[in-house]
Parts: sequence; C-alpha cells; structure tokens
Amino acid sequence: MNVFQEAAIVAGKDLRIEARSRVTMTQILPFGGVVLLLFAFALDQKKILRQVAPGLFWVCVLLAALLAVSRSFSIEQQNGARDGLRLSGLDGAAVFLGKAGAIGAELLVLELVLGIGVVVLYGIAPASIGVLLLTAVAATVSVAATGTLYGVLAAGLRVRETLVPLLLLPVVAPVLFGATRAFELALHLHPHSHASDAWPWVGMLSLFAVIYASAGTLAFGTLLEES
Amino acid sequence: MRLLGRRATTALGAASLVALAVLVYLGLWASPPDVNQSDGVRLLYLHVPSAWLAYLAFFVTAISSALYLWPRTRSVVWDLVAGASAEIGVMFTALTLVLGSLWGRPVWGVWWAWDARLVTTAVMFFLYLGYLALRRIPGGAEVRGKRCAIAALIAFIDVPIVHFSVNWWRTLHQEGSIFNDEMKAHIHGLMAFTLVWGVIAFTVLYVYLLSRRYRLAAIEEQMEEREIDRAIAERIERDTPVLEAGARP
Repeated sequence: MNVFQEAAIVAGKDLRIEARSRVTMTQILPFGGVVLLLFAFALDQKKILRQVAPGLFWVCVLLAALLAVSRSFSIEQQNGARDGLRLSGLDGAAVFLGKAGAIGAELLVLELVLGIGVVVLYGIAPASIGVLLLTAVAATVSVAATGTLYGVLAAGLRVRETLVPLLLLPVVAPVLFGATRAFELALHLHPHSHASDAWPWVGMLSLFAVIYASAGTLAFGTLLEES
Repeated sequence: MRLLGRRATTALGAASLVALAVLVYLGLWASPPDVNQSDGVRLLYLHVPSAWLAYLAFFVTAISSALYLWPRTRSVVWDLVAGASAEIGVMFTALTLVLGSLWGRPVWGVWWAWDARLVTTAVMFFLYLGYLALRRIPGGAEVRGKRCAIAALIAFIDVPIVHFSVNWWRTLHQEGSIFNDEMKAHIHGLMAFTLVWGVIAFTVLYVYLLSRRYRLAAIEEQMEEREIDRAIAERIERDTPVLEAGARP
C-alpha cells in the first residue's frame, strides 16, 4: 500500500465519523452561517458588504476551520484512538495527508455553502468561477495542512482549544491576504480590475499550499509519536 | 548552566550599559535633526536597532530549534536558548511596534499603516506570542522540546511568507537606508554612525540578556528536577517504616 492509499483510509475514517455524527453538518456549518449573518448586522450596508465580502468570507472560513481542526483531534482523544492510530503501522505522512484531506473536504463543503450565503445575503454576482474554484482549493489545502499540523502539536494538551487559534491564525494570515485579493479580482469588486490579475495570487496560494503541506508531511510523524 | 562565564556576563552587562549611554548621547545631542523629520528622526535610533534585535533573536531561535531537532546536536541547551531568545525577540518586537507607531504619527501622519513591514512585524509578534504560550505548557522535556522546536521553525518559515504576501500591496515604507549603496547621498555621516552604533549596542545587550535569561531557565529546569527528586525521596522515606513494620513477624 502506498502513502496515498493509506491516507485515503485515514481520510475515509474521519469522513465516515463525520457522516455518522453529523457534527460538521449540524454545528460547524451553522456556525459559519451565523458569523456571516453577524458580519451583515455589524456592517449593515449593502455597498460596504459587497466590497468586503471576500475578506468576510475567508475570515468566516478560518474561524470554522478552527472548529474543524479541534473536532478532528477530539475524535482521536476518546477510546485511546490516538494510540490505535500510532500502532496501526500507517506512515506518519499518510496519517497527516489523510487527516488534512478530511478537514479540507469538510472545509470545501463549508465554503460552497458559505459562498451561496454570500451571493444571497451580500448581493454578490458570481463571476470567473474557475479562478474562484482554484483559489478555494489552494487556500483550503494550506489551511487544512497547517491546521492538521498544529492540531497534532497541541493534541492531548489541556489548553488545546485556546492554544490552536493563537498558533494557527497568524500562520495562515498570508492565505487570508492571498485568497481575499484573488476573490476581489475575480469578482470585479474594484473598478479597473481584471479577473486575469487574480492568477498571480492563485499561483502564490498554490506555492503556500505546497510549502505548508510539505512542512506538515515532514513534521507530523515525529509529533504523532511524541504527543 | 551558563552560556558565558560569570565574568564575561558581567563585562557584557557593563559594556551594554556604556554602549546604550553613548547611544543616548549620540541620538539626543550629538546627531543633527533631520531635514524632513526634524527631531522625530531620533526615535529611529531606537526603532531600527530594536527591529534588528527582534529579527536576530528569532533567527537565533530558529537555528537553536533546528539544532535541537537534529539528533546529533540534540541537547537541552538548544531548547533553552531558543526559548530565551524568543522571549527577548517578542519584547523587542513589541518595542519596535510601539516606537514605530510613535514615530509614524508625526512623520507619516498616522499611528499605523497597512504596509508590508508593519503587517509582517505585527503578525510576527503574534506568531511568537503563540510560541511562548506553547512553551509554557508543561510536559516531558523531550516531547516539549520537539514540539516547541517544530513550532519555532514553522513560525520562522512563515515570516518571509507573510512579508512576501503583504509586499504585493502597495508599500509606503522607507527603503532601507543603511544597507544602501548610495548611503552617503541620503544620510548625514553622524546619523549613519548613530544608527550603526545603536545596532551594535543592542546586539551587545541581546547577548547579555540571552546569557542571563538562559541561566534563569537552566536554574528553573534544575529546580524542577530537584523538586521531583525531593518528592520521590520523601515518598520513599514515608513508605519505608510501614514496609519494615509489615515485614516483622
């Protein structure tokens, strides 16, 4: 079995747990929706909302990602599941890719739903779908990879819930910059901007995704063994 | 237990005190006011050295963390150096931000600008605050050491990424003045000297602080070990008579 097949087993396990427990569907998704609504209440002007929609969307995704990461490692907490994972003989890199993959898949679903929310609530007209999709995928890979890495770093610590946000949010700040700018350009939210200007940002996000995913693949095994 | 000898540390302390006193004289009296910034420029003699010191400290943290992770050079010394250096770095990052803000108000007309270097420094501040929070969590020495070393390396990799990503926004920060080829064209000789002197003074101060902070951390670590030993010894002492009493017929 190669690393990717092993990763698929881990991702399948996590996604199956989510499908059965429905925590993502019934708690994390609605949480994202509430945050989206709160932003609208706080800013209360459709013109401003339209302009800042990409930033709000990605902040919302990051907040929900914190919950997804926390959830992904709390399911390993019970019944000695983490020991099971360690003793399973699966490669550390595969466990990393699997867990990050599952978080990424959940986030992509979340982004789709939030995206619809932004279109409906903030009055955004979707445009340049290809750029939007690629941006979302690259940014999600970065967030999921870093989230998984910090998740295992803090796994088993009593202060996990409060520590992960402090560690994770500054690290993914560049993803927020890049994804927000790419969305703004793709959606023509600024005068004199072209959707094609978004491509360098998409490239930059892809580079981040590769860096974060490689760092995670390298470091995860050690952290899983030690924690 | 010590990074440097007792005498060397004391000498460094004295040297940094003298160097800072000279910096105060150079910065406040000897150097002329700037054409555009007038006396505001004097803040830069602290701002630039503290920024330099912050980056130096985080660089040392990253190197020490890498040395800790590398199995051949793994030693608790590197873990403690990394922690000590990061603490100094966070303090001077905060100082850099405050001084820069005080300087920006009269010169740029704003307390804060969304410029690449400012945003990078602010994000860096939070990155290493998180690192320090992680360090405070107790745990087995090796587990904690590895965990913190990996976090430090991620933070270090992230700083240029943040800088690069924000740099694509339009930047209004001044071009670097010191490492510029046409330095003499921009900057008065004594001003340049004061700036360089500030960097030297702060570097000496850094080595001194690092040495002191390292010793403190090492003593703390040792005390923890002694506490554990003492607790074990106490436990054995308390349990022994009971065992003996039980053993007697």
